[in-house]
Amino acid sequence: MASHTITARTPGVFYRRPTPDAEPYVADGATVAEGDTLGLIEVMKTYREVKADAGGTVSRWLVENEDEVTIGQDLVELDT
Amino acid sequence: MSVLVRDPGLETTVQDTGRLGHYAIGFPPSGALDSYAYHVGNALVGNAPGAAALEAVYLGPTLEFTTDTVVAVTGAEIPVTLDGEPVPTWESVAVRAGQTLAFGQLAGGARPYVAVAGGIDVPPYYGSRSTYTLVGIGGFGGRALAEGDELPLGDAAVDPRAGRRVDEADIPEHPTTAELRLLVGLHSYRLTPDSLERFTSTPWKVTPDANRVGYRYRGAELEFVPREQPFGAGSDPANVTDCGYPVGSVQVPGGVEPIVLLQDAVTGGGYATLGTVVSVDRDRLAQTKTGDHTRFVPVDLDEALTIRRDRAGRLDRVRRSLA
Repeated sequence: MASHTITARTPGVFYRRPTPDAEPYVADGATVAEGDTLGLIEVMKTYREVKADAGGTVSRWLVENEDEVTIGQDLVELDT
Repeated sequence: MSVLVRDPGLETTVQDTGRLGHYAIGFPPSGALDSYAYHVGNALVGNAPGAAALEAVYLGPTLEFTTDTVVAVTGAEIPVTLDGEPVPTWESVAVRAGQTLAFGQLAGGARPYVAVAGGIDVPPYYGSRSTYTLVGIGGFGGRALAEGDELPLGDAAVDPRAGRRVDEADIPEHPTTAELRLLVGLHSYRLTPDSLERFTSTPWKVTPDANRVGYRYRGAELEFVPREQPFGAGSDPANVTDCGYPVGSVQVPGGVEPIVLLQDAVTGGGYATLGTVVSVDRDRLAQTKTGDHTRFVPVDLDEALTIRRDRAGRLDRVRRSLA
């Protein structure tokens, strides 16, 4: 099984949930399809969705909820 | 003659030299934050100075051209493609009708500029095509670009030509720690001497609150000299009696998280101004991003004026080399 890493396209604050009270976009171990939303990055007072650019199973988060991330930083690993 | 916006990127706006002359009535100038990259872009595509261009941040837009034209991308270090084939930045590039310009992942800096021969021909508002999104004026509908927008192109290009290239030595580098030269004052006396020293020795980190209005930093706490606040000043020790804010001025509400005000900022208020980033270095600031670091380096007024003169001379030289 190959693995695929999704990276941040903008810097900012990474969120796994659409709102603080909501369930995470994807649970650990969940299967996602290409184009699914995995989280949000907040920068310049705007929120931008992080989309899966491949399908797979969420194997490992490489950042915590509310971490500040940089461009190109690894966010999550998928088993594809 | 137009450009179709296939993907707007993030907060991509139409900008020119700015809406000058209305500061006293509370109108910030807007305009390209990295003025050097903007001006050189216009020179590359043969536009007269002042033609409107696109300013993007972090993510470039995807643009389809409906006409043969010439474009140039300047500013941030970012891969650019035309119909999927890499094209150089800081160089004018011929585009045929139907071709699509797209951007890859940002490698350095923060803001790419796209200059197009003839300029982006949106209607001027108060003498400028610059977008001021907070109030919704200027630019394309007063807002950042959206998917499906069709931007009109002007026909006023003076001398569009592909293959013009900026000398390597005239392409700015964008390190992840930027040094911004700072004229100290008007209210620097409000900080304790220790805190003023700390302000200029701290590597300040750019927070996610960093846009065309201002950049907010984190890195140290600053203390103000205790005093009984004068008439008209608020109760926060960072407050003074209201005054005009220079573009590029630095304030520190509450003594934490300094803010540098930029071209879309409020024009006055009641926070002490610790210093003002020299105008030339706002270009450098505009190419820093969230997570980068910034040091403020004090200069005196003579040095600040020399920096400004040197920049004007450099821009003239670059323009002549491209003419």
